[in-house]
Amino acid sequence: MRTDPVQAPTPTTPPTERDPIAVSATSSPQQNTTEIETGLLAFLESRVKVPVDPETDLFASGAVTSLFSLELVVHVETAYGVAVGGADLTLDNFRTVRAMTALVGRLRADTTGGTDA
Amino acid sequence: MTEQHNHLLAVLGAGVMGTGITALALGHGVPVVLVDTDEEILARAAQDVRRQIRQGQLLGKLPRDIRHPELRTVTDLDAIAPATAVVEAVVELPAVKADVLARASALVKPGTPVITNTSGIPVDELAGHCARPEDAVGAHFMNPPYLIRTVEVIRGPRSTDDALGRTLALLADLDRESIVVGDGPGFVINRVLQRMLNESARIVQEGIAGPEEVDALFRGCLGHTTGPLATADLIGLDNVADSLRVLHERTGDAGYEPCRLLLDKVAAGDHGRKTGRGFFDYGS
Repeated sequence: MRTDPVQAPTPTTPPTERDPIAVSATSSPQQNTTEIETGLLAFLESRVKVPVDPETDLFASGAVTSLFSLELVVHVETAYGVAVGGADLTLDNFRTVRAMTALVGRLRADTTGGTDA
Repeated sequence: MTEQHNHLLAVLGAGVMGTGITALALGHGVPVVLVDTDEEILARAAQDVRRQIRQGQLLGKLPRDIRHPELRTVTDLDAIAPATAVVEAVVELPAVKADVLARASALVKPGTPVITNTSGIPVDELAGHCARPEDAVGAHFMNPPYLIRTVEVIRGPRSTDDALGRTLALLADLDRESIVVGDGPGFVINRVLQRMLNESARIVQEGIAGPEEVDALFRGCLGHTTGPLATADLIGLDNVADSLRVLHERTGDAGYEPCRLLLDKVAAGDHGRKTGRGFFDYGS
């Protein structure tokens, strides 16, 4: 609610963190956290009318309506190859770009953990 | 969430309301047989049901911790025979409802509540077409049924305690709050609401105010979360016009006669949110 777009010099995503992607990624071509965040911000920029940063509360700020929220879920699933269901299907997991990024990270870790054995 | 009582719900009509009621039931673990005459509509409804269940869960309006029974979609009405309750949600045309209710009520066991989701046709009028008028009850769900908890339940003059009781038990298992009222054209909600929607459209027609202004007044001054014309768009303008005709024919009150602007929009195919445009544009 307090993340007013007027004061949006995004101090939370230093651009220098973009380079080590190749290093931090394991053998899989999965994007790292910064790349997921950037992708989600770009998606939101194309779909909502107000500027969004990684900590913007998308629902409280009015950037995203409750009806659009499911579209957000579907986007996260298709863009990042995860399935969101059960207890994960809550608005809190989609409230901010950071929360969505964390969810994707966790769901991917769960999947990898299960199939690597 | 709740202990289910081996319900099997037959939902007749896979339009906006039939689809939403199906999502509500499946979302609470109640199996559904969804009937429509059109395979394509059924296929679309099955997709919509899945989306609506997820939407309901996402918004915390449907439980996240239960298994959803399979949805059965059929074009053969005979498939409803084992149902423990029937919800009729076909188009708001008295002749169509009468025909569907007559056939459906003859297929299910005596004592099975036959619940009409009519917007405003008196329950007793529809009960007169049923095999057993005493089993007929009204349940006027709001749209979308899986998001709005309160249901206007109508007890017709011939509805038995048993039919009403079974209907209320089903609605309780679907986590709905039932408000029971008596019978009459439009019951409570639509007797007032449809008149308001018609007047709002007439105000736009007369150039007194635009749709934005009308709705902004109801939201800003009266605290309505949705203005009357956005409400009309959500209901579907075709359905609003049909409901107004039902009320006009049964009350003789000229205020219910659908206004020209409303009829023009229906004729142009602008039926509201479901077609992408009504009084407002939804970018289809």
